[in-house]
This record gives sequence, C-alpha cells and structure tokens, in this order.
Amino acid sequence: MKEYRRPMPVAWWLRRRPYTFFMLRELTSLLIAVYALVLLLLVRSLARGPDAYQAFLEVLRSPAAIAFHVVALAAAVYHSVTWFRLAPMAVALRVGGRRLPAPAVVAANYAAWALVSLAVAWLLLRS
Amino acid sequence: MAEPAITLEIFRYQPESGAAPAFQSYEVPYREDWVVLDAINHIKDTLDGSLAYRWSCRMGVCGSCGMMINGVPKLSCATFLKEYSPGPIRVEPLDHFPVARDLVIVMDDFMHKLPGVRPWIVREDPPPEGTEYRQTPAELDRFKQFSMCINCMLCYAACPIYGLKPEFVGPAAVALAQRYNQDSRDRGSEARREVLGGHHGIWDCTLVGECTTVCPADVDPAGAIQQAKLSEALARVTDLLTPWGRR
Amino acid sequence: MRRPADPFWWLLFGAGGFIAALLAPVLILLTGIAAPAGWTGSAFSYDRLLTISRHPLSRLVLLGVISLSFLHAAHRLRYTLPEGFGLERVSAAVAVLCYGAAIAGTLAAAVILLGL
Repeated sequence: MKEYRRPMPVAWWLRRRPYTFFMLRELTSLLIAVYALVLLLLVRSLARGPDAYQAFLEVLRSPAAIAFHVVALAAAVYHSVTWFRLAPMAVALRVGGRRLPAPAVVAANYAAWALVSLAVAWLLLRS
Repeated sequence: MAEPAITLEIFRYQPESGAAPAFQSYEVPYREDWVVLDAINHIKDTLDGSLAYRWSCRMGVCGSCGMMINGVPKLSCATFLKEYSPGPIRVEPLDHFPVARDLVIVMDDFMHKLPGVRPWIVREDPPPEGTEYRQTPAELDRFKQFSMCINCMLCYAACPIYGLKPEFVGPAAVALAQRYNQDSRDRGSEARREVLGGHHGIWDCTLVGECTTVCPADVDPAGAIQQAKLSEALARVTDLLTPWGRR
Repeated sequence: MRRPADPFWWLLFGAGGFIAALLAPVLILLTGIAAPAGWTGSAFSYDRLLTISRHPLSRLVLLGVISLSFLHAAHRLRYTLPEGFGLERVSAAVAVLCYGAAIAGTLAAAVILLGL
C-alpha cells in the first residue's frame, strides 16, 4: 500500500514559534561574529596610530554603526540567556550521587556573566 | 438546550481510494473531561467507522496515540479538548513520518535504527555464580530518566532535523543509547560510538530542543544528545592524543 | 569508515559560545554604544586604550573572543543556512566557506594582535 509523505516546507522555522526562536538564536551568532570583526578593526586602527583610531571612532559614531550595535547587543544578550539556559543540558554535574539541579547551574553561569562584565567594565572605564 | 460541541478537523488519507489527502471535519460533543482521544473514539464509534488511528492504554503509558494536535506533537490521550476550546482542533499524523492511513504513521525507520544503538546491556562476563550485578541508588539515578522512554515518537515529530535528514538517528534512539551508556553494568559505550559518533549520529543535532519540550515522559532526549556529544568529543580528543590506544 | 570531524569543531563552537556569552554583551555595550555616544569620558583615549590592549593578557583575551566568535558562528551557520534556507544540496560548500572564513579571520586577528 502506498505511503503518503508530507514535504517539509523550506521555511519550516516559521511554522511554530519555538522553531522561530531557535532560528533567531542561531542567527545571533552571525551578529556576534560581525561585531568580532568590528572589534578586530578597532584593534587594527589602534595599531595604525592615533589618526586611524580617531577616524575609526568617527565611523563608530555614525547612526548606522550605532544602530548595528544596538541590534548586536540585543542579539548578544539573547545568545547569553539561551546559552546559559542550555548549558546545564550538556554537563550533568553530580554532587554526592545526585545531579546538580539545572537552576543552580544556570545561576552560577549568570553570576559568572555578571562578574566578568563588571571586571571588563572596570578595566576599561577606571580612571 | 443544545449540547455544546466542538469541531475536529482530521487528516484523512485512504491509499486505496486514490484520492489526495484532505481534512475532514467532525462535530463531537464538547465535554470538559474529554481528551482528544475520547473525541476520536466517539467519531470512530458513532460517526465514521473508517477512521484509522492507533491507541491502547488511554493513560500515557503505551505511547501509541501520538498525533499532531494543532501542529504540536502530543499524546491524544493526555490532551484535553478544553485546552483548545472553542476549537476547531486540527488533528494530523505525527510530522516527519510517512503516513500509512489517516492518523497512522509508518515507524519502520525507527525500528531499523533502534538496534544500531544497542539498547540492551552489553557485557561479556556473566555475574559471579549465584549473584547479580549490584547497583547503588546513585548509579541507578544516572540513567533512570533516560529509561522512561515510551517510544511514542513525539520527539521525532518535534525534530525538524529529522524531518530534513531522515538518516539522523534521532532523539529517542540517542536517549536509549545513553540509558545504557550510563548504566554501571554496561560495557557497550565503545561499541555504541560507531553509530552515535558516526555520520548522521549525534552530530546532526543542532539542539532545537523541542524533543525535550514535547516528551510526555520527561526523558530529556536533547540533554541526552548533548551529554553524548560531550563524551564523544572528549573521546575523540583522547583517540587523537593516544593513537596507540585505539581499537 | 572515516569518522566525522564535527567533535573538534563542536568543541571550538562550545568554547566560542561560552566566551561570547560572557563577554560579547559588555564589549558591544562599551565599544559600540557607550564610547561612540561619549559616555565614557577619556577612557577610550588612544594612549590609554593602546596600553590596555597591548598587555599580553588583553591580546590573548581579544584573540580568544574574536577567533572563537568566528568559529562559533561558522559552526552554527554551516548547519543553519543549509537547513533553514533550503541550501542542503550545497551544504558541503557552505561548511567550507564558513569554516574557511573563520580560519582566515583567526589568522588576521593573530597578525593584527601580534603587530599591536
């Protein structure tokens, strides 16, 4: 008897909200990579001297650059939140024969996130 | 006063008729304590005896009655009509599987994949005469969750990767592999690596995570796959650093 | 049978995902929004930022963030682009392109940071 096979739509990730959020999560990596490139260009301008650096800062002040960074910040925060939520899945930490509850692992991740963010901000902004 | 009713739109496919698959609407009594399976049984008994679907236990144990309910894979015996009131409720066979008839899917693919991950205790040496393999509660705790799988296939229906790549070994098979990999009596994890760590094993998974969300038995197949990835990655690094140690 | 190379890419992807989760938001906020908006006073003056960036530890962290962010994105996109946009027939080419770009970016980052 003939079986019926249902085709998978190309944009399957628009069919259900969890799939759409999955796709957004994956695409955050692109924005973060583009930011990493911007960061690399910033470092390159530092290496090329004060004039190049000032010129690059001028580029960063353009509305398009600001808009990109606002979107990239949202993407990066979404990446962090999803990453820390999913991290306990891969690592089954056990203490005294029992698996450490996921919320504890997530909380530890958030604490590390806050600590690292503060340390970087302090390093860059202290006078 | 008219009895309250709700409409079910059910996917129909009758291979011998030659007709294209289509949705057929049925109006059934709306009862607060009815699950979707009750409504479908009502249709079968009183409205249309030709409707084909699988069910058995009505209590979330047998894993037979999985269906797409409004696009989400669910056990129809554990999904109440009132969650979808006032309706209509769209009922389809589980996604990503070929359809044999109406709501009945063909799950041969899973049946072929399952033995590949050796879901049994692999061990050459028998336990000492007159004894058994002992296991502590902590050792049991390591795999108990993965042993709760009822093979309902909801995780395969939730996994877009399986829909795109039918070769992918899939969530439940990996969870079952991990159930034995984590068992202190088992010695088969090295043998299971061939399928898990091979092409179309765990590395096809991109952690959409819906397999875990839809699992009616809280097995967490997505977690099983991630844990398998971590141990396989570390094993591959070990293989690389100690080439003389490989089989 | 040849075994897939995925586990090694996956480890790099995992390292990149973790370091980006920790560092990307604060870095984007500081270099991309706060500094251009002028909220950072003299903190981003040329001499100061050069001194901070030249520290060996800073160079190492910068290399880690930049390179692993590239590798992280490469590993995600090599699957997501073919699977999400109907490019499965060219998935091998997409993978080469993604990983190739990440490796090229890593080399560029290493050259720039060494010459700082």
